[in-house]
Amino acid sequence: MQFTREQLLDAYHRMARIRAFEDRVSIEFSNGNVPGFVHLYAGQEASGVGICLGLGDDDWIGSTHRGHGHCIAKGCDVKGMMIEIFGKEGGLCRGKGGSMHIADLSKGMLGANAIVGGNPPLVIGAALTAKTLKTGKLAVSFTGDGGSNQGTTFEAMNLAVVLKLPAIFVLENNGYGEGTGVSYHCGAKDLASRAAAFGMPAVTVDGTDFFAVAEAMRDAAERARSGGGPTAIETTCLRFYGHFVGDPQLYRSKAEIKTARENDPLIKFRARVIAGALLDAAQLDAIDQEVAAEIEEAVAAATSAQWPSPAELERDVYVQY
Amino acid sequence: MPKKSYRQAINEALRQEMRRDPRVVLIGEDVAGGHGGSGEIDAYGGVLGVTKGLITEFGADRVIDTPITESGFIGMAAGAAATGLRPIVDLMFVDFLGVCFDQIFNQAAKFRYMFGGNARTPLVVRAMVGAGFRAAAQHSQMLDSMFTHVPGLKVVMPSNAYDAKGLLIQAIREDDPVIFLEHKTLYDTEADVPDDAYTIPFGEADIVRDGDDLTVVAFSAMVPRCKAVAEKLAKEGISIEVIDPRTTSPLDEATILESVERTGRLVVVNEDTPRCSMATDIAALVAEKRFYNLRAPIRRVTAPHTPVPFSPVLEDLYVPSTERIEAAIRASLGDPARIAAQ
Repeated sequence: MQFTREQLLDAYHRMARIRAFEDRVSIEFSNGNVPGFVHLYAGQEASGVGICLGLGDDDWIGSTHRGHGHCIAKGCDVKGMMIEIFGKEGGLCRGKGGSMHIADLSKGMLGANAIVGGNPPLVIGAALTAKTLKTGKLAVSFTGDGGSNQGTTFEAMNLAVVLKLPAIFVLENNGYGEGTGVSYHCGAKDLASRAAAFGMPAVTVDGTDFFAVAEAMRDAAERARSGGGPTAIETTCLRFYGHFVGDPQLYRSKAEIKTARENDPLIKFRARVIAGALLDAAQLDAIDQEVAAEIEEAVAAATSAQWPSPAELERDVYVQY
Repeated sequence: MPKKSYRQAINEALRQEMRRDPRVVLIGEDVAGGHGGSGEIDAYGGVLGVTKGLITEFGADRVIDTPITESGFIGMAAGAAATGLRPIVDLMFVDFLGVCFDQIFNQAAKFRYMFGGNARTPLVVRAMVGAGFRAAAQHSQMLDSMFTHVPGLKVVMPSNAYDAKGLLIQAIREDDPVIFLEHKTLYDTEADVPDDAYTIPFGEADIVRDGDDLTVVAFSAMVPRCKAVAEKLAKEGISIEVIDPRTTSPLDEATILESVERTGRLVVVNEDTPRCSMATDIAALVAEKRFYNLRAPIRRVTAPHTPVPFSPVLEDLYVPSTERIEAAIRASLGDPARIAAQ
């Protein structure tokens, strides 16, 4: 699969932005600046970016509680995201959603979702809209290995096949549903074969390899846009952090965490594009610096942002008592 | 004006709105019926025939039969609503809420608020409610209080064919999720229903009958029942005001409060179970805001705190009867407080 230099730079930019964002959120959380629950996507960047790179703002994605990476991959503004995660005025959801509910419908981001298995039915709804209004757009559901066990995921897969919807089910298998390993919690040998049983093409790819993910996505997107119905893509990867920030991760070995870091999707991407003389190190370094400045600016904005006004409490409920 | 049944009125509202707006689609189990079989499409037209004939006019892309998979298709409808369609989804029996509530109350109901006002979800969930069909515990509940409890849902309970059409058209034109509860014993009841499309605003109660001695607030199939009791008592010179709020969320508090100010007496009649219900809600409202107008204790007539029983003898005891309604009214009127005041 061929990529232009611009596409590769864009891909690296998005992955680097996710990594820098997540590493910084971890620090800000530890410093007490982030209320609530936070689940980080570091280590899975190639999955989100490989899927989203070719999508437009009017293609849809639905995400999970581990959604920051999907938001960034889909083009959500990192400053608005950081302010949202801080719970402040000016956040993408006016400080009323938080880390687990970031949405930006203008970017085709239908929401992070704190109900595991919550988004697949919603995403096939976006696909139904595309099919009914004949927009030629598609919709992607990101679900983890944990969420892949939910009945909602199965129902959505079956419906997508039955109604021949332009939907893509991305099953991000990071090895754990919270703290329970996939070898225990999933009865099938892999997630793709289970999806295939619903009657759709399904593949498993290395989720730390941007190129492998993007290639699988290209096939799935072509199928979806040409009326060929849904596809499932299982992307395998390991998360760098625990289930949540602060998770002592006693359920996995230090060796495994080391392996995750050794399979860093950004390092792999760098090695590949430099070895193939597609990009040079200086360009990538420049992106790293650019991203660091973006994140610094986002944190500064979030730190100085105001808390929401009390009037926000009852705004956007349309029946008040 | 032509007489039409509650069933026809709903069918006509759906048909007229689907003609008016191509974004309106109908989704549910057997809304046509017959897909994948060896016989006819539109075999059912909804299990009680409410959506009969719609697939013939609008085709399978807009009258979408689904597998029996409520979480999947209610969520699909919510996602479609947030992205540009205006789906009407048929949950069939409201009792099936049990297998799909997450997609209604954690998803559709929360988008607008949780996403900071950046999402609209023009979704209508139609469902059949109520006892009377000997359909037992899992096909006979009301559950209106469960929906009314959820911020982010509007809840509609038409008590007659005229309201059913106007409220459903209003529901379809709303930009937020609406739960539309159709009482299955009302489908064959008739009323004057205009042929043209019309809307009835939410949050505006219907004063079904004017009266001065006592206020009855009733919902859904309890409305005609209360009206019959009021007509009977009128022959004895007892003047009962019957109010049908029509929507439980938003609730027309003003009409109820104004009525109780005049009558000083309130009986609330609802088929739902008694705790944390519309009956307790309205009792609390009046106790809080018109306590000093009350001349007798507020009385509630509801189902008992039990599942709906199967045996016809027991089911008839379950649903508030005209006898129980009349007894509550008479008890309220005969209260010593009233005698002392005279």
